[in-house]
Amino acid sequence: MATQNMYSFFLRRLHSLTGVLPIGAFLAEHFFTNSFAMFGPEVYNSKVEFFMGLPYIILIEVCLIWIPILFHGLYGMYIVFTGQANVTRYGFFRNWMYLLQRITGIVAFCFIVYHVYATRISGLLTGQHVSFESVQQSLQNPLILVFYVLGILSASYHLGNGMFGFLITWGIAIGEKSQRALSILCGCVSAGMMVFGLAALSYFA
Amino acid sequence: MSEKQIKLKIKRQETPTSVPYWEEFVIPYVPGHNVISVLMEIQKNPVNAKGEQTTPVVWECNCMEEICGACTMLINGSVKQACSALIDTVGTDLTLAPVSKFPVVRDLHVDRQKMFDALKRVTAWIPIDGTYDMGEGPRMAPKDQEEGYQLAKCMTCGCCMEACPQYNPRSTFLGPSPISQVRLFNLHPTGAMNKTERLEVLMEEGGIAECGNAQNCVRVCPKEVPLTKTLAELNKDVNLHGIFGFLKK
Repeated sequence: MATQNMYSFFLRRLHSLTGVLPIGAFLAEHFFTNSFAMFGPEVYNSKVEFFMGLPYIILIEVCLIWIPILFHGLYGMYIVFTGQANVTRYGFFRNWMYLLQRITGIVAFCFIVYHVYATRISGLLTGQHVSFESVQQSLQNPLILVFYVLGILSASYHLGNGMFGFLITWGIAIGEKSQRALSILCGCVSAGMMVFGLAALSYFA
Repeated sequence: MSEKQIKLKIKRQETPTSVPYWEEFVIPYVPGHNVISVLMEIQKNPVNAKGEQTTPVVWECNCMEEICGACTMLINGSVKQACSALIDTVGTDLTLAPVSKFPVVRDLHVDRQKMFDALKRVTAWIPIDGTYDMGEGPRMAPKDQEEGYQLAKCMTCGCCMEACPQYNPRSTFLGPSPISQVRLFNLHPTGAMNKTERLEVLMEEGGIAECGNAQNCVRVCPKEVPLTKTLAELNKDVNLHGIFGFLKK
C-alpha cells in the first residue's frame, strides 16, 4: 500500500541517517586529520598530499561528502521552513535545543559552502592545493577566523544534538530515563567535538 | 481593607473572519474561583472595565473536571484547561486568548475539527462492526492495559498541538495527540489487526517523520500522556515496517 506520498517519510529518514553517516563520521575524521597540524607544516602538508593521492578521490568526495552534505543541508532548510519556533512562550530546555539545532544548521551550512569553496573548489580551479601556509594565511583575517570558530561550534553542536534526534527518530532512545541519559551523552559529544575542532584550528594560528 | 479584584484582559473576536480586539474586565475576587467561573461572572453581568455594556464572552466547556478537553485556552500566554486553572494558582491578573492553532469560532471558542479529522485519518478506533457475531476477541495482557490506559487519558484538548512548533499552517503534521492514539489502538490485540494500516498513515505526508523533537507536547499535556515516549516507540514500529517491509516484497 506504499504510495508516492511516502517519499517525504523516506527523505526525512535519509536526512537523519546522512547527518550521522557519513557527515558526522566525516566531521570527526576531518577534525582528526587537521589535528596533524600540531606536528607542523611538513607533516600536515604530507597528509594533504596523501589524501589528494587517494585513488578515486573525486568519486569518494562527491559520493560520501558533497552529495550527502548538499542533500542534508538543502532538505534541512526545508525542515527549518516547516517549523515555527515558540521559545518565548514555551521556554523548555528541549525547545531551545530544537531552535538551536535549526540556527546551527543554517550557520554550519553557510560556513561549509564557503569552506569547501575556499579550500577545495578554488584549488580545483587554480590547481593549487590547500596547504598549511594557505590556511594559516587566510586565518590572519579576523573575520575569517571568527567564521571558522562559529562554523566549528555550530557543526559540533548540530552533530551532538542531531545524534540525540537520531536516537529518537530511529526508535533507540524510547523511555524518559534513557532519553535523559542519552541527551547528556550527546551533550558531551557536542562539547567534545567543539574542543576537538577548536584545538585543530588553534594549530594554524 | 480594599476589596480584592480579578482583572482580565480578553482577546475577543465576533465572527470567524472579523478582526480580533482586546477587552478588559474587573470582577470581585471570591475564593475558589477558576477561569471558567470567572467567565460565568462576566456572562451574568457583561460590563467591561470601563463600565460599558458589552456582549458576554463566549467560550466552550463541558465537564468542569479536566476530562473533556473543550476549554483549552491561552491563560497568561500558556496553554491549559480553563476549568482546572484556579485563580489562586494562576493569579488575579489574567490575560485570556483563544488557542492559536485552531480557527476561532467566537472569542475564546475554537473549532478543533482538525484534530478529529486526524483521528479519523489514523483509524483511532477498533473496527469490529460486521454482518455476524465474531465472538470474543483475544485477551489483553495487564502490562499492555496499563500502558494503553496512559494513552487513553488523552482528551483531544489540543494543548500539545498548540505548543508544538511543527504543528502550524506551513506544515501538514498530524500532531502529537492523534499520532499517540495509533499506539493505543495498535497495543490492543483486536486493534492490532489494523496495525499496518495505521503505521502506513504515519509514513504519509504529515506523519510521524515531521516530529521535530522539541518535546513541548509532553511538557504541556494536562493529562500527563507519555507523548514523547510513545512517539519514539512508534518511530521504531514505523521504521521496522517501512524499511524492512520493503524487503518482504
